[in-house]
Amino acid sequence: MKFDFKHTPSIDQVGIEERVARFNTRSIKKETKLSGLKLALSMIDLTTLEGKDTEGKVKQMCIKAMHVSDDLPGLPTVAAVCVYPNHVKTAKQVLKGSKVKIASVATAFPSGNSTLEIKLDDTKLAIDSGADEVDMVISRGEFLKGNYNFVFDEIAAIKNACGKARLKVILETGELSTLDNVRKASDIAILAGADFIKTSTGKIQPAATMPVTLVMLEAIKDHYLKTNVMIGMKPAGGISTAKSALQYLVMLNETLGPKWMTNEWFRFGASSLANDIVLQLGKEQKGVYYSKDYISID
Amino acid sequence: MKTEDTLTGFDWKYDPAPEAKDHIKLKSQYDLFINGKFVKPNSKKYFDSYSPGSEEKLASVAQANVKDVDAAVIAAKNAYDKVWKKMPAKERAKYIFRIARVIQERARELAVIESMDGGKPIRESRDFDIPTAANHFFYYAGWADKLEYAFPNRKPESLGVAAQIIPWNFPLLMAAWKIAPALATGNTVVLKPAESTSLTALKLAEIIQECDLPPGVVNIITGFGDTGAAMVAHPLVNKIAFTGSTDVGKIIQKAIAGTNKKATLELGGKAANIIFDDAPINQAVEGIVNGIFFNQGHVCCAGSRLFVQENVAEEVIQKLKARMQTLIVGDPLDKNTDIGAINSKEQLDKINEYLKIGVKEGLELYQTSAAIPKKGFYCKPTLFIGAAQSNRVVQEEIFGPVLTIQTFRTIEEVIEKANNIPYGLSAGVWTDKGSKIFNLTSKLRAGVIWANTYNKFDPTSPFGGYKESGFGREGGLHGLMPYLKF
Repeated sequence: MKFDFKHTPSIDQVGIEERVARFNTRSIKKETKLSGLKLALSMIDLTTLEGKDTEGKVKQMCIKAMHVSDDLPGLPTVAAVCVYPNHVKTAKQVLKGSKVKIASVATAFPSGNSTLEIKLDDTKLAIDSGADEVDMVISRGEFLKGNYNFVFDEIAAIKNACGKARLKVILETGELSTLDNVRKASDIAILAGADFIKTSTGKIQPAATMPVTLVMLEAIKDHYLKTNVMIGMKPAGGISTAKSALQYLVMLNETLGPKWMTNEWFRFGASSLANDIVLQLGKEQKGVYYSKDYISID
Repeated sequence: MKTEDTLTGFDWKYDPAPEAKDHIKLKSQYDLFINGKFVKPNSKKYFDSYSPGSEEKLASVAQANVKDVDAAVIAAKNAYDKVWKKMPAKERAKYIFRIARVIQERARELAVIESMDGGKPIRESRDFDIPTAANHFFYYAGWADKLEYAFPNRKPESLGVAAQIIPWNFPLLMAAWKIAPALATGNTVVLKPAESTSLTALKLAEIIQECDLPPGVVNIITGFGDTGAAMVAHPLVNKIAFTGSTDVGKIIQKAIAGTNKKATLELGGKAANIIFDDAPINQAVEGIVNGIFFNQGHVCCAGSRLFVQENVAEEVIQKLKARMQTLIVGDPLDKNTDIGAINSKEQLDKINEYLKIGVKEGLELYQTSAAIPKKGFYCKPTLFIGAAQSNRVVQEEIFGPVLTIQTFRTIEEVIEKANNIPYGLSAGVWTDKGSKIFNLTSKLRAGVIWANTYNKFDPTSPFGGYKESGFGREGGLHGLMPYLKF
């Protein structure tokens, strides 16, 4: 199959922003809020991607992933932890026997400026260490040069190296500048074999925004309408409040529908979101907000 | 959420989120607002105002007869001659500013009453109707003492008494559209809201009292068509401003023939919303939804005739159907409601009649599957697919959430078809190509044309139609002219 990426569907930015504003007027209360918050919690990829990451830090985060808040019964665990490839082994040990998956960034994260060989090795390291999911970055420089087939081929090669692991393709939308480019990059990633498309590395501002996420959700919807194949979505970076997470879920619910309302097909890449959700769930259960000192911070 | 939902997905329904109405104070009976006071009608008659969302009675409203109209017009004439005409323009402006401020202060109350009385979703009355009404007063307050600059070297002068008759689809907003420019240009006003939606206009009368406007500058009287006819016929009236049906517009035009009365008529419409194959399709689908389902389709400029280029028709219709399924139809006061109640039983009957006509004409009918409330007047969002110019549902204004879909092949064809209608109020164009937009806007005979958006309103922008959609402009600098002589 040959694809012509010069002609991808155009996006009207004003229309996208208006649609987002409309989602944000939805009033989410009571049982809707409770079930939404629990769902959001179950969709989190608890993330640490810092130069100063250590085994200790990764271990503590993995414990947190399994025990988000044990004093609130019936809470789900988060979906996954997300770490650098050299920390996958550590995570694997701690998470043994739990349902929490391990995602690893790869391919010269976050810039993606390296050769394909090195990116494949990076991916192999993550897979061999036991990662269930690989979060790769696309070559934004090549994309902006118009080298769409290069970007496509690279994603396809990494997908091939992933084997059974699910591949999330990070577009780094903060560097793509226009929503038209976001749409184009989404289409390239989907057709090259991405299981998930993901907004950002978290290293570039702006990271995930609702307009960008909506454009990507529409790309997923259009692909589904044509092929009946589901693709997952992961906004990452910048989503730190329960309220904002609920707004994303409203957008997901009304754009892709119930089938996508599961951590199989939607993730939040976030570090501090989980605790705000716990805070809000605690308030729903107990009627009052309790001090943040009651919520563990790992 | 149960554990198994994580595998199969999760049907997340929104719980009811009703806007509180316990703070709303409505009188059980409303009198006529004449010469700064609420007075009992000469007719001694009252009629009931119902909530179309729940069919409950909200209040009784006075029915003005010829004598009441006469009293209101004389009050307006006296206020014009003795006070308003002589008042320095910058003082007039202060009163108009004051009305705008109080509307803002009481926005929540007005929004709730608007949704209770008229049936529109609270999201729209809260986010659109009431703020835009306030903005109109703010905007025209600014013009009051700058008319010499608006029309340099032309010596603009006020007309006198303006009789203003407004429809039920945007009750408070239409009152603002009419009253604000009339006052700014130095005229006095007798306003009649539609009989099914009198309450926010009567609240506006209270606001006008609160703002200490000189008595008689604004008079608000309620009643049916005969009240309006008496206003139009009154010899002391200098200007008629009417928004409503084309049929009534024609009656008014006949009634004032041979008189000195100036008129502005803003009448029906049957707008073409045109989707080209190079449009941003997903956003165009949003625009179609906004164009026809805004305010239950009770919009004179609603994009009720959809034209889709044949090579993208299948995709657009598929996506439109899916998007319509997410529209929430129900209680106007619920903050999540997208489509509220049809304004009255009569209007619902009229819409249902057209649904039968469309089916009889052999068109494919599509309606969304969600249930609608048993009590109250509701209509599911509806498509007629495979329509043609010769179908009645394409030719006649339905004024409800009903969209006809026609396809076209070339740009010439769609321009001809879009113009092939007695109306000419508005149109929409969706394409990624700027040159195509300019080509169309110069050839479509419509007063307002939106490009890659729909149903956008602003006090600074003129609004009005061609052909049977009426004449005269409201809004913007142009909106001052119908209230002035030079």
